[in-house]
Amino acid sequence: MNSSVFFLALRRMRAPLIVLIVIYAVSTLGLTLIAGVDAQGQPTPPMSFFHAFYFVSYTATTIGFGELPNAFSDAQRMWVTVSIYLSVVGWSYSIISLLALVQEKGFQQVLLTGRFARRVKLLGEPFYIICGCGETGLLIARALDREGIRVVAVERNELRIQELELEDFSADILALCADAAQPQHLLMAGLKHRSCRGVLAMTDDDSANLAVAIASRLISPRLRIVARVASPSIEANMMSFGTHYVVNHFEKFADYLAQAIQSPNWYRLVDLLTGLPGQEIPERHDPPAGDWVVCGYGRFGQAVVRNLARHGVGLTVIDPDPNLSVGVHHIVGQGTEAAPLRQAGVETAVGLVAASDNDTNNLSIAITAKEVNADLFVVVRQNRVANQVLFDAYDADFTMVPSRIVARECLALITSPLLSRFLHLVRAWSEARAAALVGRIEGLFGQRVPVIWGVRLNAADAPAVHRLLVMEEAKIALGSLRRDPAARQEPLPVLPLLLVRDDRDEELPDDETLLEAGDELLFAGTRAAKAAQNLTLDNRTVLDYVLTGEDTPGWLWGLLSCNSKAASRRLGVRRRV
Amino acid sequence: MLSNYAHTVGVAAVPGVERVLMNLEKVVFGFFIVLAATLNFGFVIGEIDNPMHHHIYELFAAIVVNLIATVLKFGDRTQIGAVHLSTSLVADLQLVAAACVWAIAFHVTGEGMSREITTSVVSLSAGALLANIVSVVLLIAETVMLRR
Repeated sequence: MNSSVFFLALRRMRAPLIVLIVIYAVSTLGLTLIAGVDAQGQPTPPMSFFHAFYFVSYTATTIGFGELPNAFSDAQRMWVTVSIYLSVVGWSYSIISLLALVQEKGFQQVLLTGRFARRVKLLGEPFYIICGCGETGLLIARALDREGIRVVAVERNELRIQELELEDFSADILALCADAAQPQHLLMAGLKHRSCRGVLAMTDDDSANLAVAIASRLISPRLRIVARVASPSIEANMMSFGTHYVVNHFEKFADYLAQAIQSPNWYRLVDLLTGLPGQEIPERHDPPAGDWVVCGYGRFGQAVVRNLARHGVGLTVIDPDPNLSVGVHHIVGQGTEAAPLRQAGVETAVGLVAASDNDTNNLSIAITAKEVNADLFVVVRQNRVANQVLFDAYDADFTMVPSRIVARECLALITSPLLSRFLHLVRAWSEARAAALVGRIEGLFGQRVPVIWGVRLNAADAPAVHRLLVMEEAKIALGSLRRDPAARQEPLPVLPLLLVRDDRDEELPDDETLLEAGDELLFAGTRAAKAAQNLTLDNRTVLDYVLTGEDTPGWLWGLLSCNSKAASRRLGVRRRV
Repeated sequence: MLSNYAHTVGVAAVPGVERVLMNLEKVVFGFFIVLAATLNFGFVIGEIDNPMHHHIYELFAAIVVNLIATVLKFGDRTQIGAVHLSTSLVADLQLVAAACVWAIAFHVTGEGMSREITTSVVSLSAGALLANIVSVVLLIAETVMLRR
């Protein structure tokens, strides 16, 4: 990249350099042809090339030592006047060209791109490429940064890049201002880098996300690819070529809403476990079962109707377009007015979804409906994060924010892949069992969303435990991973959620479960508890303490104390003899 | 190097017309390369130790034209462009060395254009001539390779 900057500069400097060479040559040549004069006024032969070049060199750079080696004749002075002006023009032209080149946007872009590529190349730690740093991308970047995962961002809009640079990230975020749909930009962002772990296609343009997913799949098949999508046909297209995860926020939210109506405790669990860690636990709102009204039959409205209908919820749709083929009861009209709402039976319905793609309309629908029926459970679709203030002021029972949903899903996929497996298993649980787990989590972690993490008992992630299990065939119970390494009688605020062994799942494993090498575990806990557990997994001395309650000495101390014990034993034997 | 440019220009043109369309940049480029070689040749030709056969103004002209040719070759990343540039740099180096030998003999030691000095100046510029010939050969090769 550096060389291309160099070549670009050289190319641009061609004309000024040639002008300079010609001016120098003409000035020097002139001086070697014009006769001089000596002190007596007698003509002398012209300057030699050497003297002429010397004179031009110091005159052209405006150093100006005077008339050397002898005072000039008038003819020489005339020529020198011309050559001084020529050389000033030549130098100004060169310097202006150089400055213009440095200031030129294209040149700066080349410089920036070069620096970006170099820094990506030097990245030594695992990182994710986020394509599109809009609302969603920024949320994910922030959360990943908090988890200590590096992020490389590719964003088309320059303003967003500037915003990104102003953000307070703990690690430097590498941002490239380019179109992510073009494969060469992805390559520059480190698609083939060996530390690259995955690609997140988070632009608000489905076709761009599709392009990113295909490019990543073809160029680096080993990467984890997560794509955001709004249209079902593009979703199907992405799944067909093996994108690992496709997050359709409309579908996802509608599915959650339907599940929440059917089993509120399951949804509460999802809320608790997939929230952004460390944030306050959201207030609990259980959507009631009964008749629902959906205002707006766009992509989101359709997804809601499809998912709710599957669970046998009675539905009425309000949409101004009379030609819609709606499978359920359809009222033609605007949801923002009271009459169509009454016509749709809002007075008797239990819930309402304001699903249009206009935030103002959605709020208006929600307020009007509440006036008609004050007990209504209102779900509002929020299209833009910028309107957060309005939605906070309104305080709906449920607010559907696409960027939040996508960010939550992506984070869960990246930071703890076991979580989606666990949540899938929980779907089959009875309400009572889910409620019990919700109670335990709320009891353990108070008002904060817990951190969710996965542990694999292998030599890389848990060296101490792995060594003890494999080399010394010791028995370790799961409970020992829940003890405080500073005081082993104290339990850590950690909840084991899932144990995966040989692809078999054990939900909520108890403390007596014996661990085996290769086990995968999913925990929920506080950030401090995660760090403490990590210490136990990594450090042999800490592990021994947690298991036995004894501080095993270090290697050197152990050797010494062993020797002294042996020595005293020998002494004792002698004494007895 | 210029062949790339010429090629992109030529693609759009109708085959019969394009031969009429001359690329001015290409003319200038070829002109300076050939002129550098011819001036160099003009200075070198003659008895190697006879100062009468080697005029210093010709050396000056050769240096200036060579420098311009070098600058014209700047900023081309192709393989042939790189070789072009390096031959020019070699020629510049040899010619400047020749000029330095002349200046030292003339002004520093005061020896003037003796037979030894003339020989040394001319042989240095003969080396530059070789580099210039390579440059011309490259130019011809590039032109021949250019299929339209």
